[in-house]
Amino acid sequence: MAKVVVDGIEVEVPNGATVLQACEAAGKEIPRFCYHERLSIAGNCRMCLVEVEKAPKPVASCAYPVADGMVVKTDSPMVRNARRGVMEFLLINHPLDCPICDQGGECDLQDQAVAYGMDRSRYHEPKRVVKDKYMGPLVKTIMTRCIQCTRCVRFASEVAGVPELGATSRGESMEIGTYVEKALTSELSGNLIDICPVGALTSRPYAFVSRPWELRKTDSIDVQDATGTNIRIDNRGPEVLRILPRVNDDVNEEWMADRGRFSFDGLKRKRLDRPWLRVDGKLKPVSWAEAFRAVATKLKATAPDRIGAVAGDLVDVESVFALKSLMTALGSANLDCRQDGAAIDGSRRDFYLFNSGIAGIDRADALLIIGSNPRVEAPVINARIRRRQVAGRFPVGVVGPVGLNLTYAYDHLGEGTATLRTILDGTHRFAEVLKNAKNPMVILGRGALARPDGAAVLAAAWAIAKAADALRPDWHGFNLLHHFGGQVGALDLGFLPGAGGKDLGAMLNGGADVLWLLGADGFDPAAIAPGTFVIYQGHHGDRAASRADVILPGAAYTEKDATYVNTEGRAQRAWLAVHAPGDAREDWRIIRAAGEGLGVRLPFDDLAQLRAKMIEAVPILGQPFAPRGCEDTTGPAGDVAGLSAAPFALPIAQYHLADAIARASDVMAECARTYGEVPALQAAE
Amino acid sequence: MAIALDRLARSFLLTELVSGMALTLRQFFRPKATISYPYEKAPLSPRFKGEHGLRRYPNGEERCIACKLCEAICPALAITIEAEPREDGSRRTTRYDIDMTKCIYCGMCEEACPVDAIVEGPNLEFATETREELIYNKERLLDNGDRWEPVLAKRLELDAPYR
Repeated sequence: MAKVVVDGIEVEVPNGATVLQACEAAGKEIPRFCYHERLSIAGNCRMCLVEVEKAPKPVASCAYPVADGMVVKTDSPMVRNARRGVMEFLLINHPLDCPICDQGGECDLQDQAVAYGMDRSRYHEPKRVVKDKYMGPLVKTIMTRCIQCTRCVRFASEVAGVPELGATSRGESMEIGTYVEKALTSELSGNLIDICPVGALTSRPYAFVSRPWELRKTDSIDVQDATGTNIRIDNRGPEVLRILPRVNDDVNEEWMADRGRFSFDGLKRKRLDRPWLRVDGKLKPVSWAEAFRAVATKLKATAPDRIGAVAGDLVDVESVFALKSLMTALGSANLDCRQDGAAIDGSRRDFYLFNSGIAGIDRADALLIIGSNPRVEAPVINARIRRRQVAGRFPVGVVGPVGLNLTYAYDHLGEGTATLRTILDGTHRFAEVLKNAKNPMVILGRGALARPDGAAVLAAAWAIAKAADALRPDWHGFNLLHHFGGQVGALDLGFLPGAGGKDLGAMLNGGADVLWLLGADGFDPAAIAPGTFVIYQGHHGDRAASRADVILPGAAYTEKDATYVNTEGRAQRAWLAVHAPGDAREDWRIIRAAGEGLGVRLPFDDLAQLRAKMIEAVPILGQPFAPRGCEDTTGPAGDVAGLSAAPFALPIAQYHLADAIARASDVMAECARTYGEVPALQAAE
Repeated sequence: MAIALDRLARSFLLTELVSGMALTLRQFFRPKATISYPYEKAPLSPRFKGEHGLRRYPNGEERCIACKLCEAICPALAITIEAEPREDGSRRTTRYDIDMTKCIYCGMCEEACPVDAIVEGPNLEFATETREELIYNKERLLDNGDRWEPVLAKRLELDAPYR
């Protein structure tokens, strides 16, 4: 530890810390452009100059290590003068176009120019102009505004792991750009917009839409992947205008994946905003009362064991609980939340959680990924794995398709279950690696369970973790990576076939006469047996709605107070940002009202009561999150011997079109075209 | 006693009436202050804040760049702006509404505008028969700007030395 005096305040910081960190510890704010806590230090903007006693010149605090007994002044005339000079230089080539700049109002340069800028310019020569670069459909560039802090370059190469940005030339002619004109191939490219301290990189879909002071901000949770990214929804009136990540060091740090950030325009399109009823083979708009009457008539006329319910991928815990309560009251045990047919064992919580925790990746020292591409399934988690990998001594093995680009070096062990067998019996070289590691991690993709021998794969992955001594009270190395924000919550509530209940496959193949789909868009509705009465409750007129006999319009994740559980089992609360369009209502209310029509009075009248009942049933949803070790190493039900020889296939082929909201979004469609996920012809339709 | 006598003398001699009449007579010979309003008009300061207009550049391009500073500063929340990129990529308004019934004619929008696009002109004769007509849209405001442009430019020029 080093003792440093900052403006008369004595602070103790670890050796090797920078002067800037010492100043922050003393509560002094240091202006900066190029320095960012989560990126490497560049020290090129010079805005963070401070005075250090006995140093002849002001020093750049972000890049200057502390020494014991150092005396730092952050607000001396010398410092102020130096910063004023730096600001003047920065503003020499910065255009005065704040009124048309999208960063205006939340711009670091604008704010700091108020503190350190002059009210007039002494520079009368021509300013430099830089040609704008193309960086894909999400990031808009106005490169003349760039102050060459190189945050974007460092982000792309360090965090996103796509070293596609760089600076060419030097001095005044230095330009940031992709060397060859092409769209950035990262699922985290939206974060470039956040880290750019000026308006050089801005959001293309949000271009000129609004000003920060017009927006109402609501805290929420991203459901479009299972990371549980903490987000802030900015809306003006009834419209969501943008989504930004919030800082949560244990989950997403301050990053966010592109699908969650940019697909919200899908919330305005293809929405179900009124109830529909199929009359003589055609869907007709009806009132809520008529829709409920149709539901009640049908459900009353059906035997309980012929009624089934399927929960979707983006649903909140409250709605699932309401639907489960309704189904239980009706006497049906035909519940399923595994639309992909994944052989998940819901009997114990750690069979289906990312048990190490997202922050636990930092503690791990060996990783085996089975049948998963975390880069598209959970880009933010992948960035964390990458950071751990770059930090060194972190062997990563992948069992899955050849040629995955995970943005970090890994060892491709094999394509199929044969490799799992050899790892399991200890003959594979990677078995040794896992065994020698202190905190080995196994990440099993949910997609690897969605196959006939899924239960065997689950058992094999568990057994591998057990063999590597990863299942200890202080470290749980078995991890299941889910794909969407609603999946774990439904599993936690036990939305699975009960005693004598049918699973999804059985329900589709004529095992149910009435099928209640709660936002279930994940499977092909053609698989539903003809003659099945389908009640679709959801927010988008996606695949399943066209097959429905009754459509009950629900609310999307931005439109309700709700709880979501992320892949590591962290229950997080989201708040209502805007109201659902038209006649659409919050999902738990719809289920409550439908129950009333059936003569079933669910035991809650408002959200607080529902939550109380829910927490009573599943206490874990009301408890603060803490990563748990493994108390019981008994494996899940599957038998390893059942492994088939089929290679693992990845479930998400089109990252930008993976869920109902994204499929309705124009921005995501544009991305899919750009990144070649759909052929141009199909996209034009 | 002397005061009472003085008052009595004044009231009997009608001095107040005479002085009042004298004032009336003096005004009678002075030039008239009233004007015949619709035909004659009082001079207006170049800073008079009347009806709004949106100005254009001499080449016909509208000045407004949709920075929304006027909307932000408007104390009466009378301005509503929506913007999007035009085909050529420039930042333009798709909607620029002023609710003239809300407007308090403070001139802050004019002050906030970085490009002298929104201005309050000298026109104060825009009374209408219905409230709806007082909700000005972009077309109306641009039309106002075009109609008054010579006057608006002159006013800005006259006021420039004091800015």
